[in-house]
Amino acid sequence: MNNFKTKMTPFLFIGPAVAILLLFAFLPIIVALVISFTDTNLVGLANYSEINFIGIRNYINLLSDGNFLQSIGNTFFYVIIGVPLSVGSSFLIAVLLHLVGSWLASTFRVIYYVPSVTNIVAIAVVWGFLYNQEYGLFNYLLSLVDIGRIPWLEDPFVAKLSLILLAVWKSNGVSMLIFLAALQSIPRSYYEAADIDGANRWQKLRYITIPSMSFATFFVTITTLIGWMQFFEEPFVMTDGGPLNGTNSIALFIYQEGFQYSEFGYGAAASFILFAFIIIATLIQFKFRNKDQSL
Amino acid sequence: MYLRTRLEKTIVIVMLTIGGILVSLPFVWMILSSFKNDQEVLSIPPTLFPQDPTLEHYINLFQNLNFDVYLVNTLIIVFCSMIGLLFNTMAGYGFGKFQFKGKEAWFVVVLLTMMLPAQVTMVPTYLILNEMGLTNTMSGIVLPGLVAAFNIFLIRQFMVTIPDALIEAARLDGAGEFYIFFRLVLPLSMPVVAVQIILTFIAAWNSFLWPLIVANDQSLYTLSVGLALLQDQHVTNYGLQMAGSAFMVVPIIIIFIIFQKYIMEGFNISGIK
Repeated sequence: MNNFKTKMTPFLFIGPAVAILLLFAFLPIIVALVISFTDTNLVGLANYSEINFIGIRNYINLLSDGNFLQSIGNTFFYVIIGVPLSVGSSFLIAVLLHLVGSWLASTFRVIYYVPSVTNIVAIAVVWGFLYNQEYGLFNYLLSLVDIGRIPWLEDPFVAKLSLILLAVWKSNGVSMLIFLAALQSIPRSYYEAADIDGANRWQKLRYITIPSMSFATFFVTITTLIGWMQFFEEPFVMTDGGPLNGTNSIALFIYQEGFQYSEFGYGAAASFILFAFIIIATLIQFKFRNKDQSL
Repeated sequence: MYLRTRLEKTIVIVMLTIGGILVSLPFVWMILSSFKNDQEVLSIPPTLFPQDPTLEHYINLFQNLNFDVYLVNTLIIVFCSMIGLLFNTMAGYGFGKFQFKGKEAWFVVVLLTMMLPAQVTMVPTYLILNEMGLTNTMSGIVLPGLVAAFNIFLIRQFMVTIPDALIEAARLDGAGEFYIFFRLVLPLSMPVVAVQIILTFIAAWNSFLWPLIVANDQSLYTLSVGLALLQDQHVTNYGLQMAGSAFMVVPIIIIFIIFQKYIMEGFNISGIK
């Protein structure tokens, strides 16, 4: 009896969490895989006999679905512009913060981090006001320097850039902290040695700081990349994918198919295409982590 | 990399200050606009400070727009998320400090769920909730996000560093397993758990997607879903919208500023360098 109790103890601890994960994170993977090969929709949900196995037809239809292809294009646009911008700006902020005294740095650190803890709906509401073509602050400030009204959210191309600006503003905080931790872990003696050798500031940045931060940079780049591939909340709350589907992302497309049109099977198939893109990025990340042994 | 001259230091501080102003501009504008009346908020050129500060929007939120109900629902979700955090911590302890059959396999299952994008599991999770009859219930809103694999992983990493001898000594003294967990392991894990408490609170307060998907009745709406509804219904009433946003955002900013030291240090604890 006592032996049995000892054996059961670890399961008492991991039990609740694992049970919930199995039900709401693991089982859904299997369900998603199965229904992606069926035509499950609202009718099928009410009556299971209406669900038909249709093989890979969902996947074939997706590849000829103009909206889906456009959302893939938009997502790559977000990734190509957004990732360098996010990584670059958080790197720059971290380097500047590292240069100034400690109490100033900790004050600014808080200011730059605050957007990361802010609710996305509140952000959408506030930025929607700032971006407003007639009454918004941004267009008013631009009118002071004689620049005409910019259709921030009304033009498909400009809207994409507006969303990227908003997302970079919101996401800088975490990357900044990772960069800052990496900067602080560079031994001071490296710089002192460089000083003795007469290195100037640019050389120190180029040959000490940047190489020492290669792991942090890679880690931030990959996680940022994965985040941007799943770009969802910003277009969802700001533009709902419009205008003219111009800001739709793959993740938002999946949501729309699943919850607006109730095409569960079709949406699940789209989610696996997104997953395939992400798994490639994740595999690169894990390979790098194993090599580095840092985690 | 340190600065030699006063001039250099000034340049860096000026750059940081300009950046800081740009970053905090939306918050400042939100708070200032929330105290302006309907005409002033749309006036061109805009005024910086409210000329005739009013609290009417904030009063309106609670008297006519059910923000009191949304607030209670949000606090219920925050409370439930703390139970979820307890489960995460227990699991982190289980995986970190016990040897049992199938441990590696279970841990791989946990990590696997971490890699999946939310979009893959979103639709089937809804179908499962539907099957369990949990749509449009508070349980349905809370359950899908209750446990987070990444947090289990972080907590486990910390738990591994607690010496086995301490736990064994307590066992020899006849302490029960849960007594050991709550009175010995939990206090020792405070550095990592404290960070998790703050982050879990913020995440629960901000939770938007599941409440939106699962709740049909307004009586189940959270603050963020209520705010989205307000934006749809009062499209041009920016003063009201800003007041609603400020009510959501300001408490979190205050909590964050009070506890930010722990979060910033938490990044070193979690070992991401």
